[in-house]
Amino acid sequence: MQRFRFQKIMLNAYSDKKLHFAIGDVAKASVSHDKSILPLCVDQLSMIKNGQLLLDNISFKLTKEPITIILGANGAGKTLLLNTCHGLLQPTRGTVVWQEDDFNRVRKKQAMVFQRPVLLKRSVAANIDYALKLHGIAKKLRRKQVEQCLYLTGLESLQNRYARVLSGGEQQRLALARAWSVGPEVLFLDEPTANIDPPATAAVEQLIRTFAKKGVKIIMTTHDLNQAKRLAEEVLFLHQGRLLEQNSATHFFDHPTNPIIKAFIHGELLW
Amino acid sequence: MQNLNTSFQAAVNMVLKLDPLLLETVELSLQVSLTAVILASICGFMIGAALALSRFPGRQVVLVVLNALMGLPPVVVGLTVYLLLSRAGPLGGLGLLFTPSAMVIAQWILVTPLIAALSRQVIEDLSFEYRDLLRSLGASKLTMLLTLLWEGRLSLLTVMLAGFGRAIAEVGAVLIVGGNIVHHTRVMTTSIALETAKGNLSLALGLGIILIFIACFINAAISISKNYVERVF
Repeated sequence: MQRFRFQKIMLNAYSDKKLHFAIGDVAKASVSHDKSILPLCVDQLSMIKNGQLLLDNISFKLTKEPITIILGANGAGKTLLLNTCHGLLQPTRGTVVWQEDDFNRVRKKQAMVFQRPVLLKRSVAANIDYALKLHGIAKKLRRKQVEQCLYLTGLESLQNRYARVLSGGEQQRLALARAWSVGPEVLFLDEPTANIDPPATAAVEQLIRTFAKKGVKIIMTTHDLNQAKRLAEEVLFLHQGRLLEQNSATHFFDHPTNPIIKAFIHGELLW
Repeated sequence: MQNLNTSFQAAVNMVLKLDPLLLETVELSLQVSLTAVILASICGFMIGAALALSRFPGRQVVLVVLNALMGLPPVVVGLTVYLLLSRAGPLGGLGLLFTPSAMVIAQWILVTPLIAALSRQVIEDLSFEYRDLLRSLGASKLTMLLTLLWEGRLSLLTVMLAGFGRAIAEVGAVLIVGGNIVHHTRVMTTSIALETAKGNLSLALGLGIILIFIACFINAAISISKNYVERVF
């Protein structure tokens, strides 16, 4: 009963009216980009670690519009690919090329949310403030932006709480709020709902849709087929480090041609 | 047994009456050890953080040496500092031998490797947790280092406490470089050793009681401040 009540409260908090207010001031400026860093072109990317081929000759191009879901079973290389695109890892071979040449600008136009939320040992508000400070936002502006980000994610009542004592769902929403606060053009999400319950998952998915609507390019990994169906507009399917297909979500789910993808969609074991 | 009881009562009386010699000794002990720990913390945290975040050829050797230095024998440090500061030594001109400054130097040398090695471990563990986040947020190396030091502040307080424990309990090095001169370089540990040898057990026990009380008080203070920091920040 409590769970359903929580879910209702959460979804109410994300009503369009509130979001319009919250997003209007927080990240409008940064989302309305002067020059886009997209498209992202990944060309013949391979990753070898300890003699093991983890990513095998992957090439794709991601444009601004759709929510892109990188789908695949555990160990397929989704996180590795996401980290490499975000610049946290260097590929062994191949390139990751953005439209923009300026490395600092490319870095500032991206944000990432990890599978397990990594929160600083500070208050909820201070976690967001830290990200804004690193992005060079003046102290005067930071306070207002922090408040608005917390409002957007329904965490305003928890702003003075120690971040690490929040529930899993609240922690992940805080991680999303922090990523959103810096006004990214591209948001990398590494299985953001892997460790949270269904109501919290619904709240996080609602936020993701909202970010996408406001012009943020979402690149998200998941192994959850139903979640991919709910969110995806474009799907990249990875299997054992190889990209088997890049297609629109409709085509991917309705007309799978590859037998491995067919098996995955029908819930059959791939290994 | 009766002798022990009498000595203990006399010691408690000295503590309660705030005996001037006792207070002077305690004050100097705290001054020397706290100064040494603060200096060692500044150096130790920087060395620890640098080692935690950097990768270079021979790093493993440096770590092994640093860990080995945690068990540095105090008398060897005392002797080395004595040789450096004695008139014939390279730093003899500074005139620091048999002064509290010499005792601070000796304790600083003893405590720095301990703080550096323990803080390296704390910061390295934290860096595994935070590295990707901080890089994702665009933090520079320096920002990363300062952030990790701040994030590890509670654990680093405990590291400082361990350093303080080693410094305040140390007797060999400060005895050699300080000389245990009354009203000048006599600290609690050297005084306990001397008074015990003289048979003045009440003063030795009084200082022992205070030493234990200080250790408990500092532990309690750090524990309370940890809780406060967790609640407030």
